[in-house]
Order: sequence, then structure tokens, then C-alpha cells
Amino acid sequence: MACPSPLLLLGFLILGICVPGSIAAGPTEAEPHTDARQLEFFEKKIRPVLSEHCYECHSEKTGKNKGNLMLDTREGIRAGGDSGPAVVPGDPEHSRLLEAVRYHNPDLLMPPKKKGGKLPDPVIADLEKWVRDGAPDPRAGGVPRTPAGWWAFQPLRNPPVPEPAAWARTPVDAFILAELEKKGLQPVGDAGKPGLLRRAYFDLTGLPPAPADLQRFLADPDPGAFENVVDRLLASPQFGERWGRHWLDVARYAESSGRDVNQAYPAAWRYRDYVIDAFNADKPFDRFVREQVAGDLLPAASAAERAANLVATGFLALGPKALNDPNPRQFHLDLADEQIDAVTQAFLGLTVACARCHDHKLDPVSQREYYALAGIFLSTDTRYGTAAGVQNRHPSRLLELPQNSGAWVLENTLDPEERRRMEKQLADARAEVEAALRERFASRQQAPPDPRQQLRFLALATQIGALESELAAFEPGGKARPLAMGTVDLPASAADAPASPLDRFRQRFLGRPPEFAILGDSALYVRGESGQPGEKVPRGFPALFRAGPVEIPAGASGRLQLADALVSPENPLTSRVMVNRVWHWIFGTGLVASPDNFGRGGRTPSHPELLDYLASEFQRDGWSLKRLIRRIVLSRTYQLDSAFEPERFRVDPENRLHWRRSQRVLEAECVRDALLSAAGSLDLNPPLASAVAEEGEGPMGGPRRAMVEERIVKVGGTHRSVYLPVPRDLLPDALAVFDFAENSLVTGSRETTNVPSQALYLLNSPFVHELARKTGQRVTASAPDEGRRLQMAYRLILGRDPSAAEARSAREFFGKFPAGQPAREPAWSAFCHALFATAEFRHLP
Amino acid sequence: MPCGTGAPLWTRRDVLQKISCGFGYLAFAGLNSLGVRAESPGGTHFAPRARRVLFLCMRGAPSHVDTFDYKPRLNADSGKPGPRPGTRLLGSPWKFAQHGGSGLWISELFPELARHADKLCMVHSMHTDLPAHPQAMIKLHTGSSQAIRPSLGAWTLYGLGSLNRNLPGFVTLTPPAAGAQNYGSAFLPAMYQATKIGTDNRPIAEAEVRNLVPPAGVEAQRLQLELIQQINREKLVADRQNPEVEGAISSMELAFKMQSEMPVVLDLNRESEAMRARYGIGSGATDDFGRKCLLARRMLEAGVRFVEVSHGNWDQHFNLNAGLKANCAATDRPLAALLEDLQQRGMLQDTLVIWAGEFGRTPHAQGSDGRDHNNEAFTLWMAGGGVRPGFAYGDSGEHGYRATENRVSIADFHATVLALLGLDHERLTFNYAGRDFRLTDVSGNVVKPLIG
Repeated sequence: MACPSPLLLLGFLILGICVPGSIAAGPTEAEPHTDARQLEFFEKKIRPVLSEHCYECHSEKTGKNKGNLMLDTREGIRAGGDSGPAVVPGDPEHSRLLEAVRYHNPDLLMPPKKKGGKLPDPVIADLEKWVRDGAPDPRAGGVPRTPAGWWAFQPLRNPPVPEPAAWARTPVDAFILAELEKKGLQPVGDAGKPGLLRRAYFDLTGLPPAPADLQRFLADPDPGAFENVVDRLLASPQFGERWGRHWLDVARYAESSGRDVNQAYPAAWRYRDYVIDAFNADKPFDRFVREQVAGDLLPAASAAERAANLVATGFLALGPKALNDPNPRQFHLDLADEQIDAVTQAFLGLTVACARCHDHKLDPVSQREYYALAGIFLSTDTRYGTAAGVQNRHPSRLLELPQNSGAWVLENTLDPEERRRMEKQLADARAEVEAALRERFASRQQAPPDPRQQLRFLALATQIGALESELAAFEPGGKARPLAMGTVDLPASAADAPASPLDRFRQRFLGRPPEFAILGDSALYVRGESGQPGEKVPRGFPALFRAGPVEIPAGASGRLQLADALVSPENPLTSRVMVNRVWHWIFGTGLVASPDNFGRGGRTPSHPELLDYLASEFQRDGWSLKRLIRRIVLSRTYQLDSAFEPERFRVDPENRLHWRRSQRVLEAECVRDALLSAAGSLDLNPPLASAVAEEGEGPMGGPRRAMVEERIVKVGGTHRSVYLPVPRDLLPDALAVFDFAENSLVTGSRETTNVPSQALYLLNSPFVHELARKTGQRVTASAPDEGRRLQMAYRLILGRDPSAAEARSAREFFGKFPAGQPAREPAWSAFCHALFATAEFRHLP
Repeated sequence: MPCGTGAPLWTRRDVLQKISCGFGYLAFAGLNSLGVRAESPGGTHFAPRARRVLFLCMRGAPSHVDTFDYKPRLNADSGKPGPRPGTRLLGSPWKFAQHGGSGLWISELFPELARHADKLCMVHSMHTDLPAHPQAMIKLHTGSSQAIRPSLGAWTLYGLGSLNRNLPGFVTLTPPAAGAQNYGSAFLPAMYQATKIGTDNRPIAEAEVRNLVPPAGVEAQRLQLELIQQINREKLVADRQNPEVEGAISSMELAFKMQSEMPVVLDLNRESEAMRARYGIGSGATDDFGRKCLLARRMLEAGVRFVEVSHGNWDQHFNLNAGLKANCAATDRPLAALLEDLQQRGMLQDTLVIWAGEFGRTPHAQGSDGRDHNNEAFTLWMAGGGVRPGFAYGDSGEHGYRATENRVSIADFHATVLALLGLDHERLTFNYAGRDFRLTDVSGNVVKPLIG
């Protein structure tokens, strides 16, 4: 969107008296077009009448269609029912709807007497006017005919486990085998021990097994050896780092705002750590969902629990934001929209945000329901931080975590002298601006301000923003405050206007628009346009996942009720969607191949009974993710070999039926962690915070471009990759090259590419080169002889022993290596470097 | 034509041979053997008009009725009820004029490109399935918005092979961050997917191909490469069928070779100051797209078979006046320079240039200054590569709402592009899991009038 120079605009903000309010309020306050007025007429006068008096008996959504008439879509109302079209645009005489409501035809009286009888005359007049004007109708015509029949919206079934066969070890296997047999297929053999161990280590912890782990597993004759390994891995802290990262993909976790100005989110890392801790503690998933949507509204038994609950709501705060949007109303509607999108896709596998401008074109979600949900998020105060500045028109404060909660803080301090200096600076800057403002108020000056003075004020505004945000980050004693991103409910009534003219000014131009400043219902914005508010829609959520009647108490946003509905036992989506995500993360493809879309735009399940079985067991297990994962990983299906078999391939090339294990490409984090691990350089201690936190507030570019390049894009480091800084649009190379999740979108399934830039990274990046050198040293030091060194290199890097042919290749390599004998370290480093660049290093058998 | 004359590499014959052997034929090709199996001409079905493709992808759906599809009746009827209930027609705020000997109508938004009207072949009757960006984008690129299918670029490379063993055969400049399917190879071998340079939310000037310098020198690396590929080939033999490993083998080899040539191709400083200025490089609005176009020309010249350039965002729901104008201002000059430059180098005759978005926009207004999505009609144009120059085809009705005459589907468009490349869309197939797949699936007709 083109907008006036931000410098100028901010100048106007500070000295805004001389400009008409509309400039500051943004460009969408246009004079309504004729058709916009007509649509507004529909939203205000027609839709409520239809909804209140007609839908009960004539609606696709309720499934009632008396007289084969459905009035809740444009298509339905025009097609009409048994007695002809209900509405003929522009033609009141042939519109049966008007005939019915006029109560002239004794055989056609609507609404029926027992439902309230004839409508008031002004309402009938409105309907007539609407039809005469062409019956403009923004409702989507193509709402699906049978939404009630779509598989994902059906209650969870409790399907019987198919008869166990000899091959099947667990119920999961019985379901899988039953489908295979329907196609006349049999599973291939079981995986060999080294491959299985490598698979389980990466799948459960994202790390390769150490040579000693492999040794132990190979030597363990116990039939329960694999089970023991799985239990040990599930209990290790590395499990949460691996699986937490999966969830961070879904949560579009990122450490900056993205979009145009890309401001840092220095407090985002707390949410990352919260997620990792939740997976390690096996926090029940229903609890995990409720905390992320409404943690601030949940009771807490301790300060630490309260802190975790608050940090959890970071889920709602860390989405991408257009912080320089000149129109505050647009900004807040976009913020709510992003939250609706994230919540409904992440937990429900639904794209409810599609219903912002019109009824959802594929799924049974109306625009009205969208705004019912929007009211909940517009009643929420989202705290994402960011310092006010020239490019940031929408700064917000962060949440402060309770004292004694044990929350980590950075070791930065603000010594008293520095604080005094900054406070003085701030007071001076404010005084200068306020004096100027008073003067302008007093003189009612209309001339444009002097450009030099404007520049001065811009500098001051930026300085004030930076100082305030810096000071707010420290306690008076100098210690960093524990700040977090998250949400709280808005107050039910407006606060008093601030005393200082500067603060009044900032509230007016940088604060929330008055209609979004207190808790309440949202208007239905016609066609999604921020300048076209229609009638208010009571807060609530789509009928699709509503467990029962919604009661949102006065004075509450409704987030808590929403959170409860998401995990209600009557809602079949949340458990199905999560079980499917888990399956996807373990096998590379979900039982539903579109993990973020369970609606009609998505795919149907390959094994619907298995999906429902797992979802039911998941709920019965108290929503324990570890038990769910264990249940899947201990199946024989999981432990299949990845061998190719032409006949079976011909029948099921994509292996949707699981006749074998599909080989998988390792994710970016696994590649980097495996490199560090082989070199013996991996530091398993979680680091404090992140590079973005250390660098503090500011844009991820501009004056900080060099820092970004050095500390983020080219970052090396030895901590696990889940702790790398991940601002939007500027990722560390190590992640960007290997298909890291697009962190502005809910991502249940990463893309996989296979391109030369990946090979170039493995061959030439200084980071890989250095780790290869260290791995070479390690291998050389491990044993004096070539054979054992070779075995060590293979076990460290590929998790197996070399074949005879591979041993020969190695000897040839050393023979040709300049001045190289296998005794020398540089030769071993070059050899290890080559192993890093093999296809096998990046593939999980 | 410095590099464009060599024998094509990685043609589908290579792949077919590989498949008939039942295991990775490519796996046994030594380091330098890929290029020596000359196959001439590159396995085409009939005489090709174009040898390479430049696809200028205008993401977000440009408004056809304000740019290339002149609708006098729309202007006359502005304010009257539109085709969708409750809407009003919106005349174009821009003036159109006829240009060149051909008299093609082009709006004042493209003054420089208009000077090349006689090179353009416009299709006014394009239509697609869904008025939703991601689906329509994928449909435009792969022919299907439902199933995962190879992209047009991947099919082209599969059909014709690469022209330069030291560069990727398919490059995409600044594609949208999510949407790898648009340049993916799906079930075709991984070596046919595009190498991506940059992303659409950053200027191309910031994009680089990193890690092009071997840390211990090229000779030491050659030894490592032999070892790597030997291990990879053994894995491929053991696995019998593993497209991922095949992809890794070819991308490893290409990576090694790219190190010498890629930095040269990417270096715009090797062009004269005058040439850079011609493309609008260095002057604000046109700098980014100018760089992309000049880079694309350098790549095509160096033997890249298929180059895609993305520019966006053209999704003018609310700010048609300012937004569309800015987009056109950013691209007009580079487009004109590109066509002129290609012609002066003698490359235009066998380079097919395509300018297209994923769909069009409505003739009626959205709000007071915008247009909504319209999948029923849009305009794309082509130039060079054997298309009929100075020609307009098809009709989108008096207001531009719906393709009425000589309708062209995405499959028809794909069939035509392949035909220009000498490939029969019904015969360019790949057998995957027992079925022969093609880009146009079960439909598509070559639009013969478009071929010059």
C-alpha cells in the first residue's frame, strides 16, 4: 500500500492540529460508494430479519429446508423453493418472499403465526425496497450443499480395532494392515537395528545416536531394547527441543514483526522456551491449547504457573504485523484477523479467516460468525512490544511477569546513573514537544509546520519511544524486568484521558481507535473493509465447533470460553487435527495430507478409522502427547524397512498405505545439530534468551543491517538449532537453505526441495568446513589405526558401519589426497567433510 | 550465443533410459559424462520456434481492463450495475491508445512498453478455475490446483534438457516465500526443479548465491566430490529407486560446476553503465525489476533454459489508482528494455517471453478505488519465440468480465507454450506409478492462431 512519507506523517501526528483528521486516520475513510450503501442496507436491515425470522426453517446451515427453500445464501434465496424463486432482483411482484411476508395469500403466510406472525410494516417495506433495488446480496452463493456431511465435522467415532493378525503388534498395525490387505498388499520387512535407532533418535530428539548408543543398542539382546530406547528418548530434554520446534512451526513463531518495517520482538523467546518446557513436561494438550488462547484468564497456583500462563498467550501476540499501517482501525482489524487465522488453522485445521470479506466459499463459516469471533479478539489487548518510532505507528507495551516466578532475565543492567541520565533526556524531550503542542493549541495555527521543526519533532518522537521502551525494560534497581509477549482482556470501560497533551496526542494517533479501546462486540465490516462497519454481531464462535450454547459473561472478552470450546469433548476437530499433526511429524505425511486444512479445501483421510481411534485414545489418555507418540513409534508400522519394492510401488507409489517406511529428508535443524554433534561441538545446555533479545528493540535492517548479517544470517554458534534467532524474512543461512518453515504462516508441513544451494552450503560454508575439521580431529584422536577411524567416522556421521566397498573408496580417497595418508588429520577432515555432503547424511532411513 | 550452442543435457531421453534400466542410470554417469551424450535436436517432437522461456509472473492478478484489454463500453457504462449483484461498473481511470503498425490498444500506464506493441501477442480470453491466489497461482504454473504436479519450467527442462552444464536449467528469481510447488518438479526427477534466487519480500539486490567459493580449493574439492558421488551411487543401487538421492547426485554435481560460472552470470557490473541505465537500474522505482530483467537476460544468454521472474503485488482491491500505477511504473521501462535488448542480441526470435498473472480483476468496483478477483477473464501477452507479433486474440466481452470468444484455458496456454518449444503436449509424458502424466492432463488445445 502506498502511503505518504512516514516522516511527514509522523510530523503531522505530532503537530497534527493543522491536518484534517482523515489523513491521520488513513485512506479508507472514503465516501461510501452507492453499492456500498446498498450493501450496508442489506447488512443493517435485511440480513438480521432473514436471520431472525427465516433461517430457523430455511437454512443450509441448520439443515432445515422446508419447502426445499434455503434463504441463507444468495444462491438459495434466488433459486427459491418448491413455489418458485424467493427473490427476483428488481422484481417485487415475482418474488415469493415478498408475497409471503405481505400476508396477502392465505396459503403462503410467512413467518408462520406460531413463529411470531406477520412482520411489522416498516420491515416489509425494507424488504420490498431491497428487492426493488436489485436485491444486492454479499452472501456467498456457493456455500456447500451438505456441510453437515463433511467427514471432519462428524463426531469422533470409536471404531473397533480390526481383528489382530500375526503381523500386527499394536492396534495401529491392525488398522494399517486392514487397509493394506484391502489392496492386496503386505508390508515389507522390519528395519535393521542401526537404521531403526537413527530413525528413532532423529524423530524423537532431532539428534543422531552417539557411537556409544549404537554400540549399546546393537549389543542389547533384550526384545524390549527398542522400547527402552524410546522411553529414554521421550524422557530426555532433547525431546521437547525437537517436538517443541514442530509446534513452533504451527505457531508461526518468529522474533520480529515482518511485513514492511520488521521490528524485533526481543521477548519472543520466552514463548519458545515455554513450548519446549510444555513438551518436555508432557503438559496435557488440552491444557496447552487453553493456555495459549486464554492463559491470562486461567487461575494459577503459583507465580511460576502464572508466568507460564501469561507467556503462553504469546501465541496470539507473535504474528506478523504491519506496524506502519497509517490506519489504526485497519491495523487492529488485521491483528484480530491474523489471530483468528492462527487459532483456527493451528487448533482446528480450518481457514476461518477466509470469511472476513464474505461467507467462507468452501466451509460452513459465515461472515457473521467471523465477526462474532473477531469481537473476542478485538476485546483483547495484544502486547507485542516494539518501540514507538518513525516507522512504528503501533507500539505496545509488554506484559510483566510476576515477581518470584523464577523467569530468566538477561544479565543486562541499567545502572542508576544511566537511568537518571535517560530519565532526564526523556523529560527534556517530552517537555520540548509538549511546549510546542501547547503553543499550537493556543494559537490554533493552521499553516503547515516548518519542515525543520518537523524533523526535530520526528527525532524527538523516535527518541521518546526508544527511551520509554528502554526504561520500561528495567526495574528501578537496575535489573532487567521479566517481560513477555502476550494478551490481557481490554477494560470494560474507557480509561480517563491522560493529563499531558503529548500523551493525549499519542493516545489519539498511536493508540487504539475508540471503538476498539474497550471490550465489546465487533461490527460486521461490509466486504471486510475497515471503513464499512455494519451491524454489531454478538461475540461467539462458529456453530461448526460450538459445543453448546455460548455464554460470554459481561465484562469478559470470550477468549476463555473460546479456549474451552476448542478442547470440549464435543469438538471433534482439535484432537483429530493434533493427532494428525503428530502422525505427519513421525511419518512425513499425515493421515490427512493437508495438516492445516481439514475443511473442504483440504484432503480426506487415508485411514479415517485409525485417525478417530488415535484421537479418541488421545483424549482418553488425558491428551498426553508422549503417550500418543509412544503408541505410534512402538507400532510395527513405524519400524518397517524403507526398502523399495516394485509391485507395491506400482499400487501405492506415495506409500499412503504404509507398506514401507518412507525415507525422509532431515529438517534444517537436524542437519545443523547433526553436524555439531559429529564434531563433538554441540552444547546441549539451553542458552539464555536469543540473539534478538540481546540486541533489543529496533528494526531488523536499516541501521542494524550489519548486526543482522553478522549475528543472524551468518550466525554459527554451538547451541541446538531450535535456539537460533528466527526473525521474519531474515533467517540464519543454516536454516534458510534447508527449507525452514515460512514463519509468517501456520506451517504444519514444511516444503522439501533438493537444490544446488544446499550442496553448496555443505561443500563451502565456513561453518561446515570448521566442523569437518573438528570431526577429523576427533576421528584421528579416537584410534590409531585406519579401520577403527573409518568406523568411527561412519558411526559419527551416518550412524552405521562402512561396507567393504565403502572402505575401498575411502582408501582410494586417501591415496589421492595431496600429501595424504590416513594417519593425517587434514585428510580425515576432508573425508568427514565429504561424508557430510553425501545424500545419506540428510536422509532418514 | 556463448554457451547456448552445446548439446542439451538431461533430456527426457536420459531419464527414460534410466527408467528402462530399472535403476539409476544417471548414477553411473561419471563426473563429466553428462554432457557428452549428444542428442540433437533436443528430443523435440516438431521444429521448435523457441529454445528458451522467460516467464514474467505478475503475482496478485493485474487488472486487465486497466492495462491491455481496452473496454470503451466499460468507460461508457461506468457507474451502472455490474455483473455481480450490488456492484457498479468502474471505468478505467487510464486512457488507452493504439500503438505501432499493429494498432494494439495499450493503456497509458505502459508508455515505454507500448513502443514495442508490434512485438506483443496478446490473449484477452484467458480464464482459470478459482478466484483465489494460491490455487490459481499453482494452476497457472502446474496446470492443477488440486494435485501436486510438476511446474511448466520443470516440464520444459524435462522436454528439452539444459543448455549449460554449469548452470541450473531452471531458475526462479524472487518467488514468493511459500509456494515451492510453483517451481517444483513433483514426480519428475528433482534436478528439474528451479534454483531459487532471493524471495519476493526482499530486493533482488540483496539476494546472492552464497557459498560459491571452495574453502580448500577446487582441486581438493574435486577429490571429495568423487568420493561423495561414489557413496551416493552405491546408496542408489542399494535403494533401487530413490528420487531424492538421484536429485542429490545431480544437484551436487551442478553445485560443483556452478561455482565457476554462477558468479559471472550474477555480476551485473559486467554490463555497461548504459545497459544498466536502460533497464532502469539505479533509478528508484525501476531498480528492482530492472535488475531482475537484466539478470534474467544474462541467464538466458548463458544457457539457462527457463527463467521465471516474479513481481508483485498486483492485488489491487482497495488502491487501484496508486497501486496499479506504481506497479506499472516499476515494470514498464525494464520490460521495454528487455524486449529491445533481446531483439538487438538476436535472441528474441527464439526466446519466448510470457507476461501473466494468475487471473484478472473485475470490471466492477470494489469499494470506490479497487477491483476484486476475476477468474473468468484475464489478459496475458507473449513476445518473441515464434508467437504471432502485433496480434490480439480472444475477447472478454464488452466489459471484460468473462472470456467470451476464443476462450483460452490454462491447459490451452500450456499446450501452446510447449508447441512453441517443439513439444507435443500429448506426447510429452512421464510415467509415474503406472500412469502416463502430462502437463495438460486430459485437456488442452494448441491455440494455433497465436503461432506466427
